Order: sequence, then C-alpha cells, then structure tokens
Amino acid sequence: MGFFEFAADILPRLLAATGVTLEITAGSMTLGLIIGVLLALGRVYGARPVRWVTNAYIQFFRGTPLLVQLLIVYYGLSPYFRMAGLRLSPLVAAIAALGLNSAAYQAEYLRGAIQAVRSGQMMAARAVGMSRVQAIRHVILPQAFRLVIPSWSNELIYSIKYSSLAYFISLSELTFVGKKVALNTARTFEAYLVVAAIYLVIVVIVSRLLTMLENRIRIPGLGVSRAHR
Amino acid sequence: MDTILHSIWPIVRDGLPNTVLLTLGLLGLGLALGFPIAFAQVYGYRPLRWACKGYEQFFRGVPALVLILLLHSGLARSFHILLPTFASGLIALGLRSSAYQSQIFRGAIQAVHPGQMIAARSIGMSKWQAIRHIVLPQAFRLSIPPWTNEYSSVLKDTSLVSAIGVVEMMKKTMLLMPTVQYREGAKWILMLLIVAALVYLLLTYAGNMGLGLLERRVRLPGFEMTGKVER
Amino acid sequence: MTGESTNDIVLRAQDIHKTYGDLEVLRGVSCELARGETKVVIGPSGTGKSTLLRCINQLTIPDSGRVWLGDTEITCKDCDINAVRAQIGFVFQDFNLFTHLTALQNVRIGPMRVKKMDRPTATRLAVEELERVGLGDKAGAYPAELSGGQKQRVSIARALAMFPQLILFDEPTSALDPELIGEVLEVMISLAKEGMTMLCVTHEMGFARTVADEIIFMEGGIILEQGAPDRLFSNAREPRTREFLNKITELYGE
Repeated sequence: MGFFEFAADILPRLLAATGVTLEITAGSMTLGLIIGVLLALGRVYGARPVRWVTNAYIQFFRGTPLLVQLLIVYYGLSPYFRMAGLRLSPLVAAIAALGLNSAAYQAEYLRGAIQAVRSGQMMAARAVGMSRVQAIRHVILPQAFRLVIPSWSNELIYSIKYSSLAYFISLSELTFVGKKVALNTARTFEAYLVVAAIYLVIVVIVSRLLTMLENRIRIPGLGVSRAHR
Repeated sequence: MDTILHSIWPIVRDGLPNTVLLTLGLLGLGLALGFPIAFAQVYGYRPLRWACKGYEQFFRGVPALVLILLLHSGLARSFHILLPTFASGLIALGLRSSAYQSQIFRGAIQAVHPGQMIAARSIGMSKWQAIRHIVLPQAFRLSIPPWTNEYSSVLKDTSLVSAIGVVEMMKKTMLLMPTVQYREGAKWILMLLIVAALVYLLLTYAGNMGLGLLERRVRLPGFEMTGKVER
Repeated sequence: MTGESTNDIVLRAQDIHKTYGDLEVLRGVSCELARGETKVVIGPSGTGKSTLLRCINQLTIPDSGRVWLGDTEITCKDCDINAVRAQIGFVFQDFNLFTHLTALQNVRIGPMRVKKMDRPTATRLAVEELERVGLGDKAGAYPAELSGGQKQRVSIARALAMFPQLILFDEPTSALDPELIGEVLEVMISLAKEGMTMLCVTHEMGFARTVADEIIFMEGGIILEQGAPDRLFSNAREPRTREFLNKITELYGE
C-alpha cells in the first residue's frame, strides 16, 4: 500500500477524533475569552487588591506548564468533585484547564490592546461627558477588540495544538486516538505523519480564515504589533 | 502533608536535572539551527527562503507532543531506529524551538533600520562586513526580549517528554502520585501537583531574571528594545 | 575621457538614467567635478537629486550611464564597488549613524574594517576627525545622546576619516531643527574652504552663495540650468530657474 492509501485507510478514525479536538478548542477558547476579558478589565481598571489577584492568576498560568495545570484539574480536583457527588469527565477537565490557561494569555493580550488605546481616547470620551464605564464600553473596548485580533488568532492556533495534551488524561482526541492507530500498525511513522498533517491542515485553514476576517474588519490607522505567546 | 514535603526533594533530585538539561539543550539546539535558518531567510535566495518558510510552517503547525511521538515511536517501529528517550525529546522539541527561534532572529534582523546597512555600504563595507559589524550586533540586542519568552516556552514544553518516559520533573511527579494517594489520600494529589507547579514557576523566574540581567548589561542608551516580532 | 583633463577632474557622470516603476526620475543627467570644487544641486522635490547622488556611489544602480572617479570608470561590471565607495564620502539626510556604536567607534570603524588600519592608529584618526568637526569631547557618546546637529557632524567626521576624494551631501540639514543647522553648515563651509571636493543637494542658499563654485538646477529629471551662484541669482536664463530661486530665498532666507 502506498502512503496515500494507507492514510485514507486510517483517516476515518482520526477524523472522528478530530471532532473531539475541535470541541476542546471551541470550549476552551470561549471559556478563555470570558474569563480573559474579566481578568483584563480587572488588571487595567481594578482597585489594587483586584489587580494583585488577577496578576497572580496570570503569572501562575503563564509560568507553569499546561500539563501540570491539566493534571491539577483532572487528578487534583476530581476527589473534591466526587465528594460533592459529581463526576469530572476528561472532556470537561480538558476544556476547563485549557480555558483557564488560555484566559491568562488572552487577558494579557487584551490588556496590551486596551493600553494601546487608552490615553487620548479615554480623555476625549470623558470630555464629551461619558462616565468611565460608558467610555470603556463604547470607546475603549471596541477598539481594543480590533487590536487584539491578531493575538487572539495566535491563541486559537495555540489552543488547537495544545488540545493534544488531553492525551495525558486518555481523552479520545486526535493525538490519543492517533497513538492507538499508530501502535496498531507497523507503519507507525506514517500514521503519526497523517496525524501531523491533519493538525497542519486545520491550522493553515484557520489561519487563512482569520486573516480574511482581520482584513474584513480592519480600520485604516488602527493597528498594533503582535504579542508573542 | 508529610509525604508532600518529602516529595519536594525527590521531584527536585530526580526530575530537575533532566528538566534543566533538556531546557538548555533545547535552547541550544534551537539556537544552533534557528539562527542559520533566520539568516538564510533574510539573505538567501528564493528557493532557500521558501524551504525555510516551509520548515517554519511545519514545526509551528504540528503539536509538540505529536512531534515527540513521531520521532520516538515512529522511528522505532517503522525504521527500527530506537533513539534513547532523552534524545528523541531533545531532537523533536529542539527542531521545534529552532523554528520559533528562527522567527525571533528573523524579526530582529529585519527590525534593524535599513539605513544602517546603507550607511555601512556607503563607507565601503562589503555586505558581509556590514552584516557582521553593524546589523548583527543590533539584531542580537533586539532578540533578547522575545528569546526570554522562548526560554519560558521551552521550559514548559519539557514536561511533554514525560509521554515517552523521560524522568524529568513532570514524570517524577506523576510517578509520585500513587504514593501520595496511598499514604495521604487522593485529596492530597492536588497539593503535590501545586508543589510541582511552583517549582516550575521558580525556574521560570530564575531564568527570566538571568536573561533580564543580560539585557541590562548589553543595553545601550536610547536603543530601541521594541523588536516587533511577527508571527 | 583622454586628453582633456587639465584641471584634474575628480568625478564625471555621463548621461545617467534611472526609472522607478513608471516614473523616469533621471532622464540623462551629466555633470563634472574638478578637484577642490564645490557644487550645489537644487530643484523641486522628487526631481531625482538624491537619486543622482546615490547613482554616483552606486547605492542605487543607474539604468544606464557611466561614472568615472578620476580616470577610473566605476560603473563597470567587475569593479570593486566597495573600494570605490571607500573613496567617496556620503552624508545622509537621516544621518544613519550606527546606533550601537559611540561617536568615536562610528568614525573609527570605516578605517579599521575597510582600510584595515590597526586600532590605535584608527582611534587617533577618529579623534582627530571628531575634533575637526568640533566634537572631540563627545567621542564616548552614543548617537541617541547627541542632538541632530551633533549627529550630522559625527557623520561628516565618519566620511572624512576615510580620506575620500570627494564627499556627497544628500540634504544634510533638511532633517534638523533650525537652530542646529548652523553648526553643520559651518563645518561644511570650512571643508569647502580647505579644498574638499563636494557635491551637495541642499536648500541652503546662504551656503551656496558662500562657497559654491557652481549651482546646478534640476527639474523633471534633467539639468535645466547651471552656473556660478552670482550669475544665477541675478541673471538666470530660464524662467523656471528664476522662479525657483525666488521661492527658495523667500522660504529659507539668504
């Protein structure tokens, strides 16, 4: 069998697992967005204790490996869940851990974007008579969200790749299933190559889509350099 | 709680050496490959630039974990090349780091103002002399902040080689989990993991501080440290 | 060209053409500089004045045309362009000082790396040139610590340290605040009086009237008129020349 026939053979199983990968990504990015926005607002506009707490959160989640965070959620917290009569599924644990992690990065990107907008715009908004909250809502955030898109796209790509960590908690996403398939055949190398190819294809497609989106909603004169993950 | 405290030492004693060795090795391998690739991308001919771009895309699109498995299991079972687990991890993640580092260096080289090169040529320097004496010294300084980021990334990625059995800090922690569960109860696993996390945090800070010192030492008055690194 | 040189022609440019995209910026420009002469090129923006300078030392490659430095043609294919550039000084509008080096190191690096001078000799030379432009005390300063006028003077010192046969000045004062222009012009005037061969693109008419042997007026990619400053200012042939000179004197003063 040639490579492509082999690939076609194992593809169905892998594609089913890819669905789980995408689920994890979607769930964690959403969670990350919600918490990230709150963290960013806290970091920029909060009182000192709030800023301290959000900073600590961000430092922890950026300074420790994602794998540790995942194990903390899954193995560390499940005894406590069981006490409450709940069961923590691997999928939920993966989404939670990745989401909490992503939130820290998204918060930093958004904070950078907010601060890139801040000074003159806020002054102008207050000068017109808006309250601080109104200014944030109608002037700062709309601009900040546009500025943050390149970094957010980056983060999305990152999430797709690091969903693979759910392998460690035996969740049937692409890498975990990929390993099973790969060990099931003597053509292990090629099998992993197919897995790699699937990730590549997803990443490339998503990148292209996001670039198109970026161009669609671009406003002339509004831009910032990308943050580095 | 006792077991937890007694676990800190084993994690450090048995896990830290490999974590540190891997981190240094990855950064080194990434640097050794990444810099020439960046150079080729900025100054090379089109087919060369194209190849480098492809290299970059591949290693940035494929998850690190898959690369590790590919290199270890894949080579072993398909081609009967059984690499030691440490080597597999080192090469897989090292190649990956080289792709990211080439990005960093490429961005830094391109961030050096074109006028610098022009001025160098205007006093009669050859292209190579200009690159060596004028562009690279500036690019080096511009690359330190993003490189500090890469250090952090690499340190965290070393945890992934636990998948193929390398006993670094993550693997050691995982090996201790059953003991803790047995001795103290499942609820203490959380504590163990938090301890492991904190050790990583410490290493991150130590490295960041070290690199921050380097940055300060080579800093020049008024020199722009705003290296715009493009993804 | 054989035979004609009595007056030791340092630079000769012949029929330079350069096109960018659809725009032909230089449409056949020729000029000549004898040793010790100072010539000033003026004209509306975008008429290719800077391009002309860059074509002379090949920082921009002309589409056609030839350039000679002394008796040697420098527009040939196998010419060692680096050796040529070492003999032609260039002063940029944006200074382009090497930002990671001190003033001293900036001036010294050319002699050291290109002319392979040893460090002590090169350092002595650099100090001399810095003192010549009035910045002996700023040898250890980095470009970021210098004012615009000081930066430009360092860049002149950098050019001088190579002992060039001539120096090309590309709008050397255009990026400077008004108060800083004077110090740079002073240096340029004393250089001209000392006998340096200079080709300057500038708006500074005071400078032109003081030391220029000839003013060259360019527009639309060609030389419209050229002649001694006094003649051009009082009795220019072309109406465009007169118009432009009046406008310039209005804007920039004498």
